[in-house]
Amino acid sequence: MTGADVPFLPRGVRTHFDAVRKVDVLLGPERVLVLDQVGTAVLGRLDGVASLDQISADLSAVYNAPVDVIAPDVIAFVEDLRDKGMVHVHPH
Amino acid sequence: MSIRIDPPMAMLAELTHRCPLACPYCSNPTELLAKETELSTDAWADIFQQAAKLGVLQLHLSGGEPASRRDLVELVAAAREAGLYTNLITSGIGLNERRLRALDEAGLDHVQLSLQGVTAAMADRIGGYKGGFDRKMHVAEIIADIGFPLTLNAVMHRENLDDLPATIDMALRLGARRIEIACVQFQGWALVNRAVLQPSREQVDAAKKTVARAIETLKGRLVIDFVPPDYYSDFPKACMNGWGSTGLNITPNGTVLPCHAAETIPHLQFENVAKRELSDIWYDGAAFNAYRGTDWLPELCQGCDRRDIDFGGCRCQAMAVLGDASAPDPVCRKSPGRAALDALLNEEVQAVDAPEFVFRR
Ligand code: SF4
Repeated sequence: MTGADVPFLPRGVRTHFDAVRKVDVLLGPERVLVLDQVGTAVLGRLDGVASLDQISADLSAVYNAPVDVIAPDVIAFVEDLRDKGMVHVHPH
Repeated sequence: MSIRIDPPMAMLAELTHRCPLACPYCSNPTELLAKETELSTDAWADIFQQAAKLGVLQLHLSGGEPASRRDLVELVAAAREAGLYTNLITSGIGLNERRLRALDEAGLDHVQLSLQGVTAAMADRIGGYKGGFDRKMHVAEIIADIGFPLTLNAVMHRENLDDLPATIDMALRLGARRIEIACVQFQGWALVNRAVLQPSREQVDAAKKTVARAIETLKGRLVIDFVPPDYYSDFPKACMNGWGSTGLNITPNGTVLPCHAAETIPHLQFENVAKRELSDIWYDGAAFNAYRGTDWLPELCQGCDRRDIDFGGCRCQAMAVLGDASAPDPVCRKSPGRAALDALLNEEVQAVDAPEFVFRR
């Protein structure tokens, strides 16, 4: 995937606050992924409009971290979810 | 003994044992529960609430055929209201456009459609239901039209394992996001037909290659989960991810089980949600604690580096093959029970004429 890709959570995949374990999770077909703070922040920005570059820039501003440090992690995280079928990408 | 008991993540709700199909590999018990003993809509709704409070995140509505329950739509609505991710495991028979649209309204998250074969001839023979395949294909079209995420659930065995490439193609054609290629596990009715269902080693090797190739080429398009037939493995699977660790199962009459087949273990006592809170059964029930953790494991497993990976494997398989539920899973190459499994395998796979199926009627 590249920074220009525009990912989104497809139908059947959603974030959920697990009130018993007190963590955010991503729920999808046969899968539960526990999210850390960064994961929650990234997924909260997958609106099907913003590109990964835009999301990285936004996170870089919010967390006050250099964008070239953040961007590769964001892409790797989203790409892994794409391979698991939990993120879809709009065709260019 | 001090094991930390985590809350469960997943619950399988067997809404009914009724089913229009008669698959020879049905994993339900050989004695089915009658309709009169089934839980009411309200009883299930209460269980869903209890499960969510206990920590269950994912609910699988199964059967039998869950669509045989007239209140399926209400049950899905109740599950969603409880906050559960709701998956319907169905053959498609009993669903039509009106019902599927109502399930959509009720918030159903995901559909898992079982596939008995890639041609009408094969599928209807295996399911024992004429016209079933055409109806299933029609249901699949409606599922795609509504946009439900779909998993195709293909149960593979000797008769259809060679159709694996066509099975994967079908998943793509139906717009499935995921395919679960599960080789028959020998529980329940499937045990009766083990000799007919057991694939050969050559078939299994070819299937593994097909799967590996497909995972590569279909990455990002189709998620492929493959469950190989475990008689050909060297080590057991972590059955249920460890007994009483992650999941639980409710039978049509409200009996709470640590796994789908646990009732095959005769000395265990199971409790019913009508008599006790689900959380008490999970944390404190004798059946759940019987094989929880690793303290109970035999010496062989205690000294093994896979102890915390497979937890000694499947209790029901040890029971079925060895008559001893606390033995290491006979799939394990290190275990004395393996000889019994190999003997079965030899006898069955070498039978020149496979015996006929005994259909579930
Ligand atoms: S000895 Fe026990 S723990 Fe080790 S692989 Fe065999 S069944 Fe698993």
